[in-house]
Amino acid sequence: MRNIEANVISDTVRRLCMEANYHLGDDVLEALNKFEAVEESPLGKNILKQIIQNAEIAHSEEVAMCQDTGFAVAFVELGQEVHITGGGLNDAINDGIHRGYADGYLRKSIVEDPLRRKNTGDNTPGVIHLEMVPGDKIKVIIAPKGGGSENMSEVKMMKPADGVEGLKAFVIDRVRRSGGNPCPPVIVGVGVGGTFEKCAYLAKKALLRRIGSTHPDPFYAEMEKELLVKINNLGIGPQGLGGRTMALAVHIAEHPCHIASFPVAVNLNCHAARHKEAVI
Amino acid sequence: MTEETKRITTPFSDEIVESLIAGDRVFITGEVYTARDAAHKRLVELLDKGEKLPFDPHGQVIYFVGPAPAKPGKPIGSAGPTTSYRMNPYAPRMIEAGLKGMIGKGEMGSEVVEAMKKHKAVYMVAIGGAAALIARSIKKSEIIAYEDLGAEAIRKLYVEDFPAIVAQDYRGENMYIKGVQTYKRE
Repeated sequence: MRNIEANVISDTVRRLCMEANYHLGDDVLEALNKFEAVEESPLGKNILKQIIQNAEIAHSEEVAMCQDTGFAVAFVELGQEVHITGGGLNDAINDGIHRGYADGYLRKSIVEDPLRRKNTGDNTPGVIHLEMVPGDKIKVIIAPKGGGSENMSEVKMMKPADGVEGLKAFVIDRVRRSGGNPCPPVIVGVGVGGTFEKCAYLAKKALLRRIGSTHPDPFYAEMEKELLVKINNLGIGPQGLGGRTMALAVHIAEHPCHIASFPVAVNLNCHAARHKEAVI
Repeated sequence: MTEETKRITTPFSDEIVESLIAGDRVFITGEVYTARDAAHKRLVELLDKGEKLPFDPHGQVIYFVGPAPAKPGKPIGSAGPTTSYRMNPYAPRMIEAGLKGMIGKGEMGSEVVEAMKKHKAVYMVAIGGAAALIARSIKKSEIIAYEDLGAEAIRKLYVEDFPAIVAQDYRGENMYIKGVQTYKRE
């Protein structure tokens, strides 16, 4: 067993909350530059330029790239040889979120009850996804998730008979109905299979994949390429005002599913596609 | 739609609203008020009761934003727009009360467009997610109501050359339709 102090986890989460909100990933920036170069709409091109400039300002001044600094979503891979001392894992993560959002001048966007809607004041609690893995380390990914793009996401329990064409039609329609609301250009995370909740989780996790990377299964790699072209052919463009850049990438994550089921989830991420990770 | 950027100042007269066409890029200078869902709910409750609002909406512009906290020495933190459709239930009432402009992101509903046509008002968008860039054009920020709402409190901002795009104008022209028609492919 390896002992890891809870406060080390908490300090790491605090740092990741700030870094994720200040520094856009190089893969996202690279994709933004690539699409800006070929965007046909002058207005769309101008918008992409300002988005790139915004990322540069946030990076150099260490300020939030977007005022919606998100729901702090934590993906934790906990090595089974790890023994956490001096406190619980969930408390350590939430303490890190509390301090990261306070010290980093990040917005507090969480209400304690969805109907009574009183702000918790410190952006806690986070949403914590825990996976046990072999080894004696902890990997923590903090992915602040904005509300605008989350609101344009959906899970659909489709019929097995709907097949590939049904999946494509649903994904494209979900993006089309989103228009300018999710702050395009977006990343499209698609979960396929599993159960109702597993499918939504897969869609969210697919957003963490490096932009520009290829799906290991050529069947899905081809589908991702085709969906990206079709989504950009919708003409929605940057911010929904028309153009050729609605999405920077489509990422699919699949999982075995029940003989009766065909769940499909679409989770959209705005261009502020934020996530930072650390291994303790 | 013109290539150059139009410079406009608040408060808006009917003439200013009439001069703005969907697709125009504008730089806004002057006072702008902030409000999101929670503040709008309270404003419309006051209108329902026939009571005075915390600010006189005549000719004014509301920016749908909940800014991030300001770092020391700065007037405001990052401050990009929030999604506007959530204000669809409230915006027509504010326009009837004299509001002339709104700034947000994403398309506004037909009920808002009807009120815009009837009372001459305009809907503009700022770039969603370009919050650090936009914050540079905000020179002053003061909470004037509903401090208990935190980021959702109503603020009076003073902006200089605030960058925005006319998305839906008072004639019913709509960039979300026009722009998409231009660039879609089969």
